[in-house]
Amino acid sequence: MIGLVDCNNFYVSCERVFQPSLEGRPVGVLSNNDGCVIARSTELKAMGVEMGTPAFRLQPCLQRGEIHLLSSNYELYGDMSARVRMVLEEGVDEVEPYSIDEMFVRLEGLDDAALTRQARSLYDDVRRYTGLPVCVGVGPTHTLAKLANHVAKSSAAYQGVCILTADSDGTRYLLRHTPIGDIWGLGRRLAERLALLGLRNAWDLRNADAKTLRRHHSVVLERTILELRGISCIAMQDDEARRRIMVSRSFGRATGEWQHLREAITQHAQHAAEKLRHQRSLACALYVFLKTNRHRHDQPQHTPELVVALPHPTNDSRPIIATARRALARIHRPGYRYMKAGVMLLDLLDTEHHQLSLLDTTDDTEHPRNERLMTTLDTLNRRMGRNTIGFGLPTANAPWKLRCGNLSSRYTTRWGELLKVKA
Amino acid sequence: MPDTTLHTPPLRPGAFPSTAARAGLTGFPSPAENYAERTLDLNECLVKHPAATFFMRVEGHSMQAHSIHHGDILVVDRAVSACFGHIVVAPIDGEILVKRLEQRHGRAFLCSGHPDHAPIPINERSLQIWGVVRSVIHEFPL
Repeated sequence: MIGLVDCNNFYVSCERVFQPSLEGRPVGVLSNNDGCVIARSTELKAMGVEMGTPAFRLQPCLQRGEIHLLSSNYELYGDMSARVRMVLEEGVDEVEPYSIDEMFVRLEGLDDAALTRQARSLYDDVRRYTGLPVCVGVGPTHTLAKLANHVAKSSAAYQGVCILTADSDGTRYLLRHTPIGDIWGLGRRLAERLALLGLRNAWDLRNADAKTLRRHHSVVLERTILELRGISCIAMQDDEARRRIMVSRSFGRATGEWQHLREAITQHAQHAAEKLRHQRSLACALYVFLKTNRHRHDQPQHTPELVVALPHPTNDSRPIIATARRALARIHRPGYRYMKAGVMLLDLLDTEHHQLSLLDTTDDTEHPRNERLMTTLDTLNRRMGRNTIGFGLPTANAPWKLRCGNLSSRYTTRWGELLKVKA
Repeated sequence: MPDTTLHTPPLRPGAFPSTAARAGLTGFPSPAENYAERTLDLNECLVKHPAATFFMRVEGHSMQAHSIHHGDILVVDRAVSACFGHIVVAPIDGEILVKRLEQRHGRAFLCSGHPDHAPIPINERSLQIWGVVRSVIHEFPL
């Protein structure tokens, strides 16, 4: 079985661990430069504040003291995410981070009772060790695990843990009550088209003819149908979800050489930026990681990771590459032989949605030119093969000045910013 | 409240990069490698649960009787269940305090060990203990 451990309102929860006074209050976290809302507490969602809402629109509520808005503190979120992964790794063999706040785990060879115990103990341990609330969804496939997680999150009756077996009355009931648009990787538009065929909920879709739908729609849809039936066929690397973009690859041969690592990270960052532009999104932050070969017990192990804010929400390769390289320089330690390197783009916003604050945060005369440059770049690389044109030199080490109006301390990564306790 | 059992899963090996990693960049094993392996790492000694351990800075003088001074760094472990007699970190009225969890006349209190600071009676059910203090780092002015 596959489990999905998903932190509830991750960024807000990280802040609440160190500021318990924010518990139970409407809290939002803003993108870099305090542009727009990228994370909301349950209370803020209940007030009708949408993702991507520009911060200035919330100014009145803020001044009346009705809500709390915080600048994004990626250093803290990155460290807390690493802690969650460490807790999970103590409990299970394989942990695959899917995003900064979502991790898939493998739960093999357990009977029903043991599976429930295991899922429950992951739920308890993460909460207890890190202070972060999570939900755990378990199913035979990624899609069902994701769905189970959604159920665990939305219905208090499950107390944070939901297990879906491939074929049971419970699963059937839940699938019947799940709209197609809520299934992992299927968008609202596709849901509307399927509704015309009389397919309304996940159970309808599960029983539809996969081959026909594949012909008329896509292979992704066919895979989703199989996954709903309990047949695993979506690899974790796929990112249909469009919420984050991940590019990572194992090296042909483990390497510790700075030049190799730098080239790999540059390439991954560039590839990720292309994907980002292709889906017409902007990223607010990125996550860079390195891994040594954990099966080589004779070699020293190092699996560093770092989350860094981009200077502003962007799809421009240049700041993305420059930021990724700086992150690499901070996590790389000489003397280790790394097996794998990767770049993940986080907190993606729709380009259309964000036009407003974009103008606000970048030099607007540059913006259309940048866009043309990026389009040309992508077209050339598509036509003449990847890496026809790239960036050789990093952008000048611009002193990225984040406009962090209300940045919390980096409690876990800076000695000068430790949480103060009163004696 | 606090159950009296201490929850201590085994320390995950490799949680901290070993010092052996400093061995040669060229790929040849460094002759110093075998010795470097033995260099002591304070993390190993003070941090039993890396994922659950947080450092905090002390402000105030009420805990001097317990050798906790203004400006000290606390090593706080969330994986340990709090018991009476432990020094704990707990949020009270929006503030995070470091106090000793004590039982007096069958009731639970957060105590300071200083006459100016009265014990704070606590409701065992609603009290959230943030973590248990495992050690304190006190640097002397040099």
